[in-house]
Amino acid sequence: MRKLPSLQDFKDRNVAEGSSYYNIDGEAYPETGWAQFKQVVTRTFRLELFVGLWVVLREMFKFNIHTVQYPAEKLPIGPRYRAVHEMQRLWESGTERCIGCGLCEKICISDCIRMDTKIDENSRKAVTEYTINLGRCIFCGYCAEVCPELAIVHGGRYENVSEQRAHYIGFEDMLTPLDMAISGKVAEYPGFGAVTPHEDERVKVTPLAY
Amino acid sequence: METSYLIETIIKIVTILLVFSALAGLGTYFERKVLAFMQRRLGPMMVGPYGLAQVAADGIKLFTKEDIIPTNVVARIFKIAPVITAATAFMAAAAIPFMPSFTIGGYTVNPIVSDINVGILYVLGVMAVGLYGPLLGGMASANKFSLLSAARGAAVFISYEVITGLSLLAPLMMVGSLSLIDLNNFQIEGQWMAVYQPVAFVLFWIAGFAETGRTPFHLVANDHEIIDGFGTEYSGMRWGLFFIGEYANMFFYSFLLAIIFLGGFGDGSVFGAFALLGKVAFFFFFFLWTRAAWPDVRPDQLMWLCWKVLMPLAVINIVITGFVLMF
Repeated sequence: MRKLPSLQDFKDRNVAEGSSYYNIDGEAYPETGWAQFKQVVTRTFRLELFVGLWVVLREMFKFNIHTVQYPAEKLPIGPRYRAVHEMQRLWESGTERCIGCGLCEKICISDCIRMDTKIDENSRKAVTEYTINLGRCIFCGYCAEVCPELAIVHGGRYENVSEQRAHYIGFEDMLTPLDMAISGKVAEYPGFGAVTPHEDERVKVTPLAY
Repeated sequence: METSYLIETIIKIVTILLVFSALAGLGTYFERKVLAFMQRRLGPMMVGPYGLAQVAADGIKLFTKEDIIPTNVVARIFKIAPVITAATAFMAAAAIPFMPSFTIGGYTVNPIVSDINVGILYVLGVMAVGLYGPLLGGMASANKFSLLSAARGAAVFISYEVITGLSLLAPLMMVGSLSLIDLNNFQIEGQWMAVYQPVAFVLFWIAGFAETGRTPFHLVANDHEIIDGFGTEYSGMRWGLFFIGEYANMFFYSFLLAIIFLGGFGDGSVFGAFALLGKVAFFFFFFLWTRAAWPDVRPDQLMWLCWKVLMPLAVINIVITGFVLMF
């Protein structure tokens, strides 16, 4: 398989001095009839049309194809991409992080999160029901932002299809599988809403930005 | 009329119909691939190996789509218009020699349906009738954009008929015959016609883009309105007939260019036959090539080019050829 462009390539939007972008110097339009005639004749005998033909033929033989054959190849997405939610577990014990505080339900601006809680036998608050209506979710990321336990985050699964307009996902669908969590196969804080890997530097420089 | 002649002619007709209908389908595949490669894309890749079965998929789709006749159209004309385009394209093929004559089991076959003595006149005449397809289709469609495109298409076709005819006059004066076989045989002893008549060659080539409605002169479709011009209201196989007609026209025009100006099949050897196919392939490729490289011109620029540049050049070419032949 070909090497796909890295995320850095896509983020490089540098159009400053010294980059490969430049303005084109257009010729002034001819004013008189004689000037128009001269322009036609020069353009005809300079064979400008063949320059264009040569350019496309050159590209054909270079065969420098930029197509990404989508289902087989995928472009990288950003680590902070806001796709379908994921529920995290604590790494060492595998316990669910969600404490049932209800902040995500409260802050959800499209009212698509619904949760019920109860006091369980250890007199701890437990989540009995938790659904997100993905048909209505606008993926704003407020739920992940507000979560005090870093329990709900946005993952990278952006390919969704459903036979219904209202497609619900429940807590179990979002929850990281226990065996994966304990074997350490999931990164500790992935997705939008989690702390970023370089959080230490940001906290030192501008405490308020965190 | 001999029975063998009748059977032979029917076989030729069926062969030409089948081969060029299939080639029209394959032509779309090549067009997509060539355009894609020139634009650094891959083109169709999903259906079959390297997307080869895309042609079959398109065919199935065209044949099984619902045939929609919109409410306010003039139904009879609307239905017949695509048939005119496809039929005239194939009728024009009757006088084109596709290969030199060859012998199978002692029976000599001329791969031309009918070597009439006004061959090129017939071919160009029938191709010109093809104009009625877009024109009637656009006028009957009850859609103002179709109508506009039909009007523009008609203006282009009629203007460039003048160039086609005038540019061919000079070579015909040299050969003294309208038969395409005579035109081919004229070039066996001497040079290719393009050497004697470079101006006529270039003019005829340019006019070909207008005759087939290909890209620098692709005015029959309203690209700037993001609709398909006269074909906007058509669906399914009726639209497909327009398409087959366009591609068949491209092939036949490529044959004309190769036979009249680039030596055709030469003296009739096997090498000559393959050389003809090679030349036709080049001209067909050039139709696709220009589509990748050049932008469309405005209708007024097209008329300017036709009447103020190409037509005077063609007339001057005829006059000079006449003087050279006379003295």
